[in-house]
Amino acid sequence: MTQDGNDMTAAKREWPLWEVFIRGQHGMSHRHVGSLHAADAAMAMKNARDVYTRRYEGVSIWVVPSVQITASNPSDKGPMFDPADDKTYRHPTFFDIPDDVGAM
Amino acid sequence: MYAQMIKSEASQDDPEKLAAFQARIDRGEKIEPKDWMPEGYRKTLIRQIGQHAHSEIVGQLPEGNWVTRAPTLERKAILLAKVQDEAGHGLYLYCAAETLGISRDEMTEMLLDGRMKYSSIFNYPTLTWADMGAVGWLVDGAAIMNQVPLQRTSYGPYARAMVRICKEESFHQRQGFDVMMKMCQGSEAQKRMAQDALNRFWFPSLMMFGPSDKDSKHSAQSMKWRIKMNTNDELRQKFVDQTVPQAEYLGLTVPDPDLTWNEETGHYDFTEPDWAEFMEVLAGNGPCNRDRMEARNRAWDEGAWVREGLMAHATKQRAVSVAAE
Ligand SMILES: [Fe+2]
Ligand SMILES: [Fe+2]
Repeated sequence: MTQDGNDMTAAKREWPLWEVFIRGQHGMSHRHVGSLHAADAAMAMKNARDVYTRRYEGVSIWVVPSVQITASNPSDKGPMFDPADDKTYRHPTFFDIPDDVGAM
Repeated sequence: MYAQMIKSEASQDDPEKLAAFQARIDRGEKIEPKDWMPEGYRKTLIRQIGQHAHSEIVGQLPEGNWVTRAPTLERKAILLAKVQDEAGHGLYLYCAAETLGISRDEMTEMLLDGRMKYSSIFNYPTLTWADMGAVGWLVDGAAIMNQVPLQRTSYGPYARAMVRICKEESFHQRQGFDVMMKMCQGSEAQKRMAQDALNRFWFPSLMMFGPSDKDSKHSAQSMKWRIKMNTNDELRQKFVDQTVPQAEYLGLTVPDPDLTWNEETGHYDFTEPDWAEFMEVLAGNGPCNRDRMEARNRAWDEGAWVREGLMAHATKQRAVSVAAE
């Protein structure tokens, strides 16, 4: 695997896949919007603009080679996320504060 | 509907796993690419999403036909934007299908050698400017009927692609209806053109929903898996009920002498399209099948040097930047 994630040992000439992230106008974080094919980063950026922002959906674009993303495994869902189940004290609503105390 | 007669695959998977999978779908959970899924689910989805994607791409041809001949600069810009959206729809859908373990190039090759299909509707010619109105109004209208419920389909990437597509689709239908309104408010000759376009596109639009329920063998499994949300006849009826009053508003006559409002059912009774014609078009014998496939094949063949050249350039640039490190 080369540094930008294209598997050049494969004989296939297909343009590699890129994931596209866009930040909208309202100051939120970049959000994944989809993917596309492109030969290189510059072309991925151009295509992302054409495919995903035709209606002013964003003010900033990130493109990342899909093979560079490490995703959690669905079968690890239990061990990964269950520990949050019994820690409800991490939420402010766990604590009853008397009304007399005022806003908190 | 851009996916017609999708053959659903039986699954030979472990019954226990199948039951657990079905339970997830029944609970309304989304199935994601890395989740376990029955082979039949995967194969049926590839076929369905692939056919949908191909339809978006081939569907650009009948409208592209009018980009240079649109009557005003504004209409030209609008049509161009619409056709560009369809290219985007194709891309969203190819990417959704690719998460199932098939590549876009493989799907393209399957379209080009006839192993995969696209919607029958795009094998009809667009003869006059009024056809641009009829296509947006009726064809995109029929597509919306099918795509809106598919936003809730069980396969996550497909559902998300549908959400994006539906956001853009309403513009398509409205610009088409707007063309029809202008034509119908125009001269007698323009009104005749609008009526003629409706005459030619009415039944082919009804065919978009696929064969009648009694003849569609593959619906039950797909509906269980929530990759088909309504039956063909349900959607067709909905489309007729919605479209007839719009035709009346335009002052046009739906080309079906037996079309009547049924007080009892609360729906229109209408004549089914000619299913023999539908099967002929699917078999490759519609008015434009050969043209469409030739156009797609030519684009693929003539674009090969661009695809390869850009890939070679990217590889070379990468080698240069590695050497510089
Ligand atoms: Fe579309
Ligand atoms: Fe459309």
